[in-house]
Amino acid sequence: MANGLTLQVQVVTTTGLIYEGEADEVVAPGSEGQLGILPRHAPLMTMLKVGALHIKHNGGEETLFVGGGFMEVSNNQVIVLADDAERAADIDEARAEEARRRAEEALATAASDVDRAALEGQIERALGRLRVAEIQRHRRPRRELPSQG
Amino acid sequence: MATAREIKRRIRAVKNIAQVTRALQLVASSKMRRTQERMLAARPYADELRRVLNKLARASAGGDDESNAWGGEESSDADLSLLEERPVRTLGIVLVTPDRGLAGALSSNLTRRALQFVQEQRADRSNANLPVQFLAVGRRGRDFIVRNRLPLLAEFVNLGDIPHAGDVRAIARVISDAYLSGDVDAWYLIYPRFVSSLVQTPTPIQLLPVQPPEAGEEEEDQHIDYIFEPDAGTIYANLLPRYLETMIYQPLLETVASFYAAQFVAMKNATDNASDLADDLNLTYNKARQAAITTQILEVVAGAGAL
Repeated sequence: MANGLTLQVQVVTTTGLIYEGEADEVVAPGSEGQLGILPRHAPLMTMLKVGALHIKHNGGEETLFVGGGFMEVSNNQVIVLADDAERAADIDEARAEEARRRAEEALATAASDVDRAALEGQIERALGRLRVAEIQRHRRPRRELPSQG
Repeated sequence: MATAREIKRRIRAVKNIAQVTRALQLVASSKMRRTQERMLAARPYADELRRVLNKLARASAGGDDESNAWGGEESSDADLSLLEERPVRTLGIVLVTPDRGLAGALSSNLTRRALQFVQEQRADRSNANLPVQFLAVGRRGRDFIVRNRLPLLAEFVNLGDIPHAGDVRAIARVISDAYLSGDVDAWYLIYPRFVSSLVQTPTPIQLLPVQPPEAGEEEEDQHIDYIFEPDAGTIYANLLPRYLETMIYQPLLETVASFYAAQFVAMKNATDNASDLADDLNLTYNKARQAAITTQILEVVAGAGAL
């Protein structure tokens, strides 16, 4: 940013810290719609949907898959408590595809509503992963650029 | 004194045992390190969640004076029933134990603590016949409950070294269902808290009704006006089940770490004892052999003298 102000971003899941770093802009899948967070954003707490989390810094961009969760913004700190999260580059598409297929098969025979809801959640997360992996593939590999201004 | 051959056989047996315990000790020590790392990795999430819940709880408390912090109209239809305290007519205990043994007194300490805890609760609530339901996580605890014919509501065994989010969710679902349906009015969880590699303490914690995290020790008192999406009540209600899950997940991780730590210590002691025993037996064996040789020489000498 021109004024040198940046956001401190942390993405945490129960298995550990997935991402930590500075950012000029964060775009998150809020429960009420896509949210763009810039430095000096007002304090905010929101639930997150399954989707892509974009973290932009110095002209580069890192994309993460988040499987729903919660985000808090205060004091130029962005903390994402994700139910599930993965860096786009780490996503195993074959595995996500396989998970989707298996969940869909199980859904066809699912007995209870609770099981069905759980399976639909799994399918949604698998699709979310695939979508994020696709975004990643179509982008030129320029995320690691050092500085542009 | 036993014959040299018998002693030799015992030495071999003891050395075989030492080999097995040493192998287990090595496996336990490497797994201990990895499970401890996993335990630490889960901490930031739990800490952040606790901090956020704390803020949300205060946002809701301050809702009377300053514009309703719970969102526009009324406290929405947020479902906060997991917080609801009610008279305890049935007690629920989640007993978390390892699946396997060879870990010293870890499991028996846990089951003893569980029974003691039930007595304490009955005394506290001055109801000596307070019914108790158990939920067993881990084979050792399950076997104990079944053997003693205690009421077992559900069991989760063979969860492995890496507790799966799905298993945690399933456990959380069983206990919240039992709570919401009124079958169980308070849930506690007993697990081996990992204090250090040498010390694991059976520890009870309260799961339901959810005890909102204690007001933060430091930093607090600066009141921040948050924007809530959709609203504070809904967020709070959404985070409560997640908080419940972390309160189950963390103990499961600690149980695995505690198990390997206890097994490491138990197996190290066993290996040390076995090699001490082997040394002793070796000495006895040498003495027996020497005695046999001496007897033979004496016989030869005596025989030669007789000629």
